[in-house]
Amino acid sequence: MFISSENSPPCFKDFTLVMPAVAVGNVGQLSVDLIVSTLNMSRVGYMHTDCLIPMTGNNPYATSNENAEELHTPAEVYTAAELKLAVLQIRAPIIQSKSKKFRQLLVSWIKSSGFSRAVVLSSSQAYQRDDQQMKGIPLRYLVTPSLLKDSEDALKELSWREMERVSAYPGLTDPNTEPRLYVPGGGITKGLYTDSCAEDVPLAVLILFCSEGDNIPDAFTLVNHLNDWLHLLDDPSQKPNKWKIPTSWNLLFGSGIPPALF
Amino acid sequence: MATFFGEVLSVYSRAVEEDEEEVDENEEDAEIRRELEEKREVHLHWSPEVSESLKSGNKLPCSDFILAVGHNAARFLSVYALSSENWDALGRASVWNERSGGFASEESTCVFYRPKDNPAVLICQVTCYLAEDQLFQWTEKVFDCLQLRQLNVTVLSESSVSEFKTADYLSSSSAPFLRSLHSAAFSGKPVCKSLEQPNIVTGLQAAVLNHCEVHRIPSIVYQCYSDVIGPDSVTMETFKPTLTKLGKSIKLDPSPSADILRKIVRTTNIQSNLYI
Repeated sequence: MFISSENSPPCFKDFTLVMPAVAVGNVGQLSVDLIVSTLNMSRVGYMHTDCLIPMTGNNPYATSNENAEELHTPAEVYTAAELKLAVLQIRAPIIQSKSKKFRQLLVSWIKSSGFSRAVVLSSSQAYQRDDQQMKGIPLRYLVTPSLLKDSEDALKELSWREMERVSAYPGLTDPNTEPRLYVPGGGITKGLYTDSCAEDVPLAVLILFCSEGDNIPDAFTLVNHLNDWLHLLDDPSQKPNKWKIPTSWNLLFGSGIPPALF
Repeated sequence: MATFFGEVLSVYSRAVEEDEEEVDENEEDAEIRRELEEKREVHLHWSPEVSESLKSGNKLPCSDFILAVGHNAARFLSVYALSSENWDALGRASVWNERSGGFASEESTCVFYRPKDNPAVLICQVTCYLAEDQLFQWTEKVFDCLQLRQLNVTVLSESSVSEFKTADYLSSSSAPFLRSLHSAAFSGKPVCKSLEQPNIVTGLQAAVLNHCEVHRIPSIVYQCYSDVIGPDSVTMETFKPTLTKLGKSIKLDPSPSADILRKIVRTTNIQSNLYI
């Protein structure tokens, strides 16, 4: 559940929530890191739950020695009040047996906090795309009926493609099997989307097709697409790398190399 | 996924498990799942007087909670604190998971101690394996029994030096070494360097520190990074700088006798004689 880190609980009414799904390549989480780091967002609370694997560390967005020694937990909420933006960052995998419980926790928190809309940044395995999905840019979106009315025009202008429904048994032309929504490698993405549809939550999902590896370029791609829609950064005409990489992204692929190796 | 050579490889993601699709559960499956969950529950067994006190709604008065996670941390406390006869065993935690049972059960325990002359101090040694889904539960159940007002928590833990990320390559002579992480409410001065980015802490020490951070309890974790797997006297001694802090709340034996050291530090048994 949400526990405020300030002395008074924050107000999220009419804010936009951006959150990641723990999915292939950790792309959603990396994108959220870029948002928090660039917009210099401040932490307002924790999601204290038994659904995530415990982990902890010092401030991943440290900019100086003064703010380096601040403890951070697996799921935290940050805000940029002037943009009416709130961000939930999830840093740990969801315990498998608790994924349904975690989805319910998120949906009920989104509803009770009064967010005007929630955007989930997610990713899906690129190698499992069908022919349709290999066309165009590797971004797809999903939007719940309650958000469709407000965002229809913006999405049309951006010419994004909606996530295609795929056949359950590729290759078999059984007329009885309906095409269904399938987000391989997306973690709780599909479940969160279907739960939100059922509970009338204004939720959108941005899915990027990618593979495991160095997913930093994927994170930039996803966050730039999000920015095209939400205009989080005020000067979109600037150079492409306007996002600030946090210090926690150092050594993503291990420690320094021992000199004796060569 | 197909490769250039025409072979098909399985693709694994570091972030998500393969099969995230939810299968429709029938009554039997749900029943099995419930029973498994019950079996995996953490149980705390306190001494009769403590159980009585808790049942009547009084929490354990506690000003200092010292937790040792792992064999070296536990042995350090055994040698420098628990070796005198001055301690009462207050209770233990029992936990079942995929790694319990078999030869591991003898060595693996989770015991709570309290000094006879200072009932406000609690020491806990955890040498058993706690699975990921049991860490939060253990923490909540234990802290539920403690009076939180003016509580200070110190955790000694250990990890392999291979988990420590640093830009300059660590030569073997620098391990073992100590790093600290503390909650916002902690106002003291750590005895060693703070854990540098991008390192993180996981396991029971992380669960306890998270709990303390969220509930604004002053707490600190001292994690020892060692290049030896298993109990080792050099690793154990790395915790010595913490004695200055621990000594404020408990009576310590700063120079334990050789007998005690010998008893505690057993050499690793050679399991296989194939290559003597």
